[in-house]
Amino acid sequence: MSAHAEEVPALPPIPADLEAKIDEVITHYPVSKRSAVLPLLHLLQEHFGFLGAGTEDWVARKLELQPINVYEVITFYPMFRRKPAGKHHIRVCRTLSCALGGGYKLMEQMCALGRIDRSHVSHHDPIAVSADGRFSVEFVECLASCGTAPVCMVNDDFYEGVGTEAAAKDLLGKYEA
Amino acid sequence: MVSIVKQPHPRERRLIFKNIDRPGWANDIQTYLADGGYADLKKALGMKPQEIVGEMKTSQLRGRGGAGFSCGMKWGFIRPDEKKPVYLICNADESEPGTFKDRYIIHQDPHQLIEGMVISCFAVNARLAYIYIRGEFPEGARILERALAEAKEQGFLGKNILGSGFDLEIYVHRGAGAYICGEETGLIESLEGKRPYPRIKPPYFPAVLGLYMSPTIVNNVETLCNAKHIVRMGGAEFAKIGKPNNTGTRILCVSGDVQRPGYYEFEVGSLTMGELLNDICGGPKPGRKFKAVIPGGSSAKVLRADEKFKIKTKQPDGSMVDKEIAFSDIVMDFDSLAAVGSMAGSGGVIVMDDSRDVVWALNNINEFYAHESCGQCTPCREGSLWMKKITDRLAGGLGVEQDPKTLKSVADNIAGRTICAFGEACAWPVQSFLDKFPAEFAAAAKHHLPENARTAADVLAPDRAGALHS
Ligand SMILES: Cc1cc2nc3c(=O)[nH]c(=O)nc-3n(C[C@H](O)[C@H](O)[C@H](O)COP(=O)(O)O)c2cc1C
Ligand code: SF4
Ligand code: FES
Repeated sequence: MSAHAEEVPALPPIPADLEAKIDEVITHYPVSKRSAVLPLLHLLQEHFGFLGAGTEDWVARKLELQPINVYEVITFYPMFRRKPAGKHHIRVCRTLSCALGGGYKLMEQMCALGRIDRSHVSHHDPIAVSADGRFSVEFVECLASCGTAPVCMVNDDFYEGVGTEAAAKDLLGKYEA
Repeated sequence: MVSIVKQPHPRERRLIFKNIDRPGWANDIQTYLADGGYADLKKALGMKPQEIVGEMKTSQLRGRGGAGFSCGMKWGFIRPDEKKPVYLICNADESEPGTFKDRYIIHQDPHQLIEGMVISCFAVNARLAYIYIRGEFPEGARILERALAEAKEQGFLGKNILGSGFDLEIYVHRGAGAYICGEETGLIESLEGKRPYPRIKPPYFPAVLGLYMSPTIVNNVETLCNAKHIVRMGGAEFAKIGKPNNTGTRILCVSGDVQRPGYYEFEVGSLTMGELLNDICGGPKPGRKFKAVIPGGSSAKVLRADEKFKIKTKQPDGSMVDKEIAFSDIVMDFDSLAAVGSMAGSGGVIVMDDSRDVVWALNNINEFYAHESCGQCTPCREGSLWMKKITDRLAGGLGVEQDPKTLKSVADNIAGRTICAFGEACAWPVQSFLDKFPAEFAAAAKHHLPENARTAADVLAPDRAGALHS
């Protein structure tokens, strides 16, 4: 980690109901507990919003692995993050069919509507968050709905054919609260 | 979820997509059962596993994930007397740009997939199976989990399925945003809880040394759905759909610059590129002409719409002759698309019209591959990024004369030199765009690079060249 790395908030204690879910998921992998790394990371990120410091140690203890085994997984997969995203996280498809249909324009509109500055994003830091923390945006690769370009996701919800500013505005309106 | 519900085109033959956008259809098990669902599973459980594998071979079904490998042959690699446990994995990673078919099966017809999977597991004697679904399908994962629970409740999954003595568990496993997890050995590593670094073949053919180093069948969602129809119809009857060696139906996903983009299911080889783009998809946008088409997902080589191709065709007497065909006459099947130098791949047809800048388009594709290379092999890891950097400056008007040549040499040095087929997947777009549109790349590469320049930056920012050299 670089000296400039921001302080990552620690992973909070795991509530009992979350741990029960985690224990259940581990049973899906009767041959090797190690297979449960991805599902555990998903459950932790869904619950806490990001993977806090110490996640690798907790997951490693749970699955009888070394923390490095978990750390290398967290750092490889684009969906995992080590700091909070916005309250509502927007993923805009960047790939060719969406780009042909206005995907880059959609990203600009989302940034304007959500008041987000994307100027600092990079491969290792792809998410930009609005100052008020309400929205965050991220470019993602082909979401497998190229026929209804441009497409995006807000949290777990999928939206297609978001080709006009009015459509983008309408969509974000659902998440204003 | 689907906002654009449309009637199938009269020329379509809906086998796998029968229930997609079907009026009154829902994705729960009651709807599926009321439509005769799981009857094919009952039939399969009354057959010998080897008989089912035999029917798959007779059907000549080829995998729908991209490589087009014979499904029956793949299943035949599993020995009936195998001592190690056998696993089956459904590849639901659907991440090849331009491909959007598995999404609809998962969301609207999950039981078709589950029925196909249970039959497939029974045929290869797999007692544990996973559906590896891409992380960006959270709703799809929930739908599948609910459908699996419903199937279990009805006795189609779990212990002693329908009294046959066959036990099977299927679990959903979610990916987390990495394209390389679609490559079958990368997928297996990912499912083992590791970075999805593809394994080298040989020796790591999944059917021999797959998940947990045991024999493993990996098949695409659409391929596994087909298993159910092959059991119902019998392999010979199924093989009558389509053409020899190109049997069954194929879901074509058309996106980009056409009037009616979308998914369409046809008998393989029952229509030409021209019919697909003009009759089915409504032709180009008003006032536009087609310029370039990528016929099988972004990895497939691009074709020019004004191109003529020489292909070998078989005469009635068995001799081969060269025949010249136009772009619009290319038949949409595995063998014809291979004959014109591209591939049917994943079925994703991406269309660009004459308003598009091909340099920009290739740059978009290159950015995808630069982002998605897993990084194991130096030619792929470095090369994909170099290619992206070069097309980035070409598209930005800062290209130098040497760029097209450099691009080609980078691409030529990736393909064939890597662990997995991602190497070809990222090299083919570059090679084919350069080959088909040389004038446009030359026009974008007009800056002169002086003899003594060490980097492109010397040319592009000459005032700062001194700083770079000192
Ligand atoms: C880079 C790369 C990405 C791939 N992505 C997918 C994918 O998203 N879905 C898929 O079914 N197959 C994908 N494949 C093909 C799989 O490796 C494998 O051939 C396929 O799942 C086998 O199933 P099939 O025989 O039913 O087609 C990919 C291959 C490569 C090289
Ligand atoms: S070819 Fe590329 S994606 Fe495939 S293993 Fe090598 S580096 Fe990874
Ligand atoms: S390119 Fe955006 S969904 Fe495929």
